[in-house]
Amino acid sequence: MAQVSSMSDGQSSTMKSITLKISRFNPEHDESSQFMEFNVNYEKWTTVLEAILDVKKHFDHSVAVRYSCRQATCGSCGMIINGKPRLACFTKISELDSNVVTVEPMNNFPVIRDLAVKFERLFDTHQKIKPYLIRDDTELESDQKEFLQTPEEVEQYIQFANCIKCGLCNSACPTMATDSSFVGPQALAQAYRYVADSRDKGKDSRLKVIDDSHGIWRCHFAGSCSQVCPKGVDPAMGIQLLRGYMLGFRD
Amino acid sequence: MTQDEHKEGVKGMVNPRRYGIERVAYLMMRLSGLGLLAYFIGHIYETSNILRGQVGWDEFMDLISGTEGHIVMSIVIAMCVFHTVNGVRVMLGHGGVGVGTPARPDYPYDPASQNYRHKIGIYSAIVLAAFAMMYGLAVMFGE
Ligand code: HEM
Ligand code: SF4
Ligand code: FES
Repeated sequence: MAQVSSMSDGQSSTMKSITLKISRFNPEHDESSQFMEFNVNYEKWTTVLEAILDVKKHFDHSVAVRYSCRQATCGSCGMIINGKPRLACFTKISELDSNVVTVEPMNNFPVIRDLAVKFERLFDTHQKIKPYLIRDDTELESDQKEFLQTPEEVEQYIQFANCIKCGLCNSACPTMATDSSFVGPQALAQAYRYVADSRDKGKDSRLKVIDDSHGIWRCHFAGSCSQVCPKGVDPAMGIQLLRGYMLGFRD
Repeated sequence: MTQDEHKEGVKGMVNPRRYGIERVAYLMMRLSGLGLLAYFIGHIYETSNILRGQVGWDEFMDLISGTEGHIVMSIVIAMCVFHTVNGVRVMLGHGGVGVGTPARPDYPYDPASQNYRHKIGIYSAIVLAAFAMMYGLAVMFGE
């Protein structure tokens, strides 16, 4: 099904072009995935997502890709770009330094079609760690109207609150590569986000969830999650700090 | 791997080329752990040859005093040193030691947990393992 198309007659002013290889797979009638090749012009600022959308506009509208914000905020457009998990809207073609750009669906996520993957499991595990403040009283009834925090207390967790649930970390994780029951770096980092929040009182119940045979202990601190995270969440840090609590190194 | 789950599988797990020295250390830690386990089992099995008396013991000694034996032993030395030194690093990391402090992240978002302290730990483990291996070879072949 490989096919070569050229887009040189577009409005683009540049002469630079790359070969964009898109992994195609439709579970309804394909046994395995195959690459389709397109010749795409690009500018210094063109993102991989824009190149894919150009292909959809000019050559093959059936390419399945999920995206929304185009500014690294919604977490929809994660995919494997030249071998590594990245956000397509946050990756410029020029920074890849290659004449061939290969895009594939994220690893460790079931494929719906082409580049679009299922997020159900990630959302499930995210929910399992109780991603909300747990306490007996509410802000509505309290005298102060809101639970106050010092700037220092905010610093403790704000980094982890940056997570956009893109799943790149789960896609890079070596444990996830072989264990689909592993809770994964995304959810573990979020568990830390709430445990480290001075307003939260649900530490014990949250730690119980991740103290499981497919929980936090499967992390080997390989750090690949942190290397691919596009928001600086650094899940590996959160996981080790969390494990520090559980091992009694920290309180 | 089924297309259903689309897991990267063992091939992805053992690929050390994409995520820096930390992922290389991860792979070497697993391989050296399994290597040491294999050596440990082999060691018990082989040394139990002494139950056959002097003859059994001499046969066993011949096995490890040849060139191949020495090379295998030097690899065991390297695995042992790497696994121990890197093991101490990993255990500290697992306890949250030296993994950085949380802070408001800024572009380009260099992850604080992948820091020089842990990189120095990994490179030290590799260098010490290499020295120990060379020392072992010098002693074994220097007789
Ligand atoms: C003082 C010496 C040692 C230290 C400090 C140490 C430390 C460690 C640590 C921290 C891990 C976990 C690594 C991770 O989470 O990825 C590990 C794994 C392992 N170790 Fe050791 N270890 C030592 C000696 C040994 C010995 C003598 C053996 C064999 C008999 C051994 C066999 C293993 C095995 C099989 C694993 C699992 C590897 C894996 O699947 O990742 N270790 N060790
Ligand atoms: S921790 Fe980072 S890589 Fe993982 S889902 Fe959140 S934003 Fe994406
Ligand atoms: S499209 Fe929203 S993160 Fe890329």
